[in-house]
Amino acid sequence: MRARLLKYLVFMALFPAVTAHAEVFEQTLRNGLKVIVKEDHRAPVVVQQVWYRAGSMDERTGTTGVAHVLEHMMFKGTRSVPAGEFSRRIAAAGGRENAFTSSDYTAYFQQLHKSRLPLAMQLESDRMHNLRLSDAEFGKEIKVIMEERRMRTDDEPQALLSEELMAAAYQEHPYHHPVIGWMNDLLAMSAGDARAWYGLWYAPNNATLVVAGDVKASEVFALAQRYYGGIPVRKLPARRNFSEPPQLGVKRIVVKAPAQLPRLVMAYHAPVLRDPAQDWQPYALEVLAGVLDGNESARLNKALVREQQLASSAGAGYDSTSRGPGMFTLEGTPSEGKSVAELEAGLRAQVAQLAQDGVGEDELKRVKAQVTASEVYKRDSVFYQAMQIGQLESIGLTYKAIPLMLQKLQAVTAQQVQEVAREFLKDDNLTVAVLDPQPLSGKPKRKAEGASHAH
Amino acid sequence: MRTKILVVIALLLSGVSSVFATPQIQHWQAPSGAQVYFVENHDLPILDVAVDFAAGSSFDTAEKTGLAGLTHGLLDLGAEGMSEDDIARKLADIGAQMGGRFDADRSGMSLRTLSSAAERDQALNILARVLQRPLFPENVLAREKTRLIASLKEAETKPEHIAEKAFSKAVFGTHPYGLTAEVASVETIQRTDLEAFYRAHYFAQAAVISIMGDVTRAEAEAIAQQLTGQLPQGGDAGSIPPVTMQINASEQRIAHPATQSHILIGVPGMARNDPDYFPLYVGNYILGGGGFVSRLMNEVREKRGMAYNIYSYFVPTRQPGVFQIGLQTRKEQADEALQLVRATLREFIAKGPTAKELQAAKQNIIGGFPLRIDSNRKILEYLSVIGFYGLPLTYLDDFTGKVDKVTVAQIHDAFRRRINPDAMATVIVGAPDGKEPGDKMEHGQ
Repeated sequence: MRARLLKYLVFMALFPAVTAHAEVFEQTLRNGLKVIVKEDHRAPVVVQQVWYRAGSMDERTGTTGVAHVLEHMMFKGTRSVPAGEFSRRIAAAGGRENAFTSSDYTAYFQQLHKSRLPLAMQLESDRMHNLRLSDAEFGKEIKVIMEERRMRTDDEPQALLSEELMAAAYQEHPYHHPVIGWMNDLLAMSAGDARAWYGLWYAPNNATLVVAGDVKASEVFALAQRYYGGIPVRKLPARRNFSEPPQLGVKRIVVKAPAQLPRLVMAYHAPVLRDPAQDWQPYALEVLAGVLDGNESARLNKALVREQQLASSAGAGYDSTSRGPGMFTLEGTPSEGKSVAELEAGLRAQVAQLAQDGVGEDELKRVKAQVTASEVYKRDSVFYQAMQIGQLESIGLTYKAIPLMLQKLQAVTAQQVQEVAREFLKDDNLTVAVLDPQPLSGKPKRKAEGASHAH
Repeated sequence: MRTKILVVIALLLSGVSSVFATPQIQHWQAPSGAQVYFVENHDLPILDVAVDFAAGSSFDTAEKTGLAGLTHGLLDLGAEGMSEDDIARKLADIGAQMGGRFDADRSGMSLRTLSSAAERDQALNILARVLQRPLFPENVLAREKTRLIASLKEAETKPEHIAEKAFSKAVFGTHPYGLTAEVASVETIQRTDLEAFYRAHYFAQAAVISIMGDVTRAEAEAIAQQLTGQLPQGGDAGSIPPVTMQINASEQRIAHPATQSHILIGVPGMARNDPDYFPLYVGNYILGGGGFVSRLMNEVREKRGMAYNIYSYFVPTRQPGVFQIGLQTRKEQADEALQLVRATLREFIAKGPTAKELQAAKQNIIGGFPLRIDSNRKILEYLSVIGFYGLPLTYLDDFTGKVDKVTVAQIHDAFRRRINPDAMATVIVGAPDGKEPGDKMEHGQ
């Protein structure tokens, strides 16, 4: 009797309630690892993604960039898999792999033929708790990361502008810091910092495993239990809940960098989705971004680029899903002969018009038609479907809210769009960043054509 | 893809066992004269269509660079009965997405729409008019020229663009593959130039139509005719002249305030129909194409931390496109990185790959084949390439077998014939300090 009961309890513990959501299935292992499976049988492929709820917003001053550094170090060997071997084994299995770090999370993925999922799980689960993090490998990789920063940010005027904009718009919230980290922090970083980060956050109870493709959920759960089930749970540090203090007036910054054209970005603090059922403003802000920049005939392109020819490009951006606070942006490059100030006035006129006259039903309908179609197009990419699940889970929402979120988007009214435009697109929420183009000191001189050539 | 199984290839390769199906490609000529490539698949309520013409940038002349690109860019900015805004709005109303493709050889438009009748018909009507009745409005052309010129001037300040431009000239000389849009010539382009270019290149017999997704064969036939039946007849696309394969060694050092040097090394490489295609493709995977496991990546990044990005690739075009190695590295170590890359290439050319490397490459390329055709979008892309370059309809069926047949000796031989490490073009933008900008031209090494 006793033996049988024990068996039953073990069974219950290994296979807690499996819940199904459309073709999505989920199960949480005893060590806290949440496993989510999206079945899609169109092609014999599978993607595995492991999402850690640790991004640059969890870093501390002085070690900015460490989340991303650790992402690189995850390819540098474990106790049983030497440096570089992870990539070699995945490649030999016909796989593609990579990883990405954001302010909110760090994720790792492999795409392979469905028969190779066990290999991907074996390798990924191994580095969840057995990373070696040697000083020698760190010494080489930190140089690679500094090259990455030079390439992506230091030599990219628009990226520099974004970096400075975030640093100005967020005074206290860690979104102040760039994901790749400040160069001085990278220069000062040690393998010890990376080890500490790994020790804090890399644990099954801080991760979500998403598997999508031509698989059976029950088989994936069994494999997940086999490879990840034995990884010990770890006590996670308390997370400080930063909130950005209220802004007291418009902020303005200028970034000088070698370039030809100026650029203007206007960023307004805005709310993001916390309660998919009760919130309404984030949905209205999504629609507002669509009305301004959802397609070629949307307001900014139509009015500023095509009709007034004030800008050579203009756009709006908003993301309703993030762990930290949100931002609604307007941006553009003035046309030749037009100034940044004229473009800013043009963008402000668009905002004023929205606040005063609202949006038309036809514009609203158009944005919603695009949302509907995108949901269908999404199904052509297994990878993207897995991404959406992992992202929502990692920022504290759930993939189960997707249908509700779509319904809520469809229910947004013209009145609501006008209200959020009035409430959030105002100067006390605003940071303006301008790229002030500087001449290249050593302007390239060209040799006469063919000088080095002999055909 | 489960529903349409033409061929099932089973292969055993060093323990890699894969069984997969390739899509069944249907091919016919529309009454208009256009060539049609179609894969029927009803898994998703989506239709993808692409129409391509031999009208890429290599059909420009040195006097009118940018003409081919502007013609392509203006197709959907005004067509019979529709302003640019009408076109954009009517597509957005039904959630359809129109896109374009433009490279040295090809100019094309693509469309993704829901396959339900109302959406599909509206989307196809717009595409049909955009392709067959473009207006090239005067005011739109003036605006787009201004925008293009602004972006060209901006590009002139960016090290990657400065490098690419100097590099194409060094590799292709005056061949059209070396042309890039120039401000002075864009300024001279008139509406009549666009109309003439359109008439010469966008004719029915030159059109390659790719259709993928949720329509029947009968519907696909009607769509193909709808999209091309009203195109101009019997133009003359002309052909791209042969590329001079042997170039002299050259090295250009161009100053730039960036913190990194952008380094490009290369020669004319191979054509899409090249008999050496598979040995060069597989060999390049080993040299610098295979992500984290290539020789260049291993030497430059993994062992020494000298770059984030380092790669090599062939651009397989109508005539041989470029073979190129590229990287960015901190200025102070640019010369050291350059030497390392040259030594790695030299070694590869001299000795070829090892048997172990070849085996690993085959495992990846063959084992990963299903990932190449796992979405409608990817299959559409293959249809376009197969159609445009006249590859066999069995191209996808044959792919893994051809890769499997490649030998170490073939790679060694093909690389030795194509790439002479002593006669390559090198461009370094953001050259290490102490070098005079632009006026160091070394011949030979």
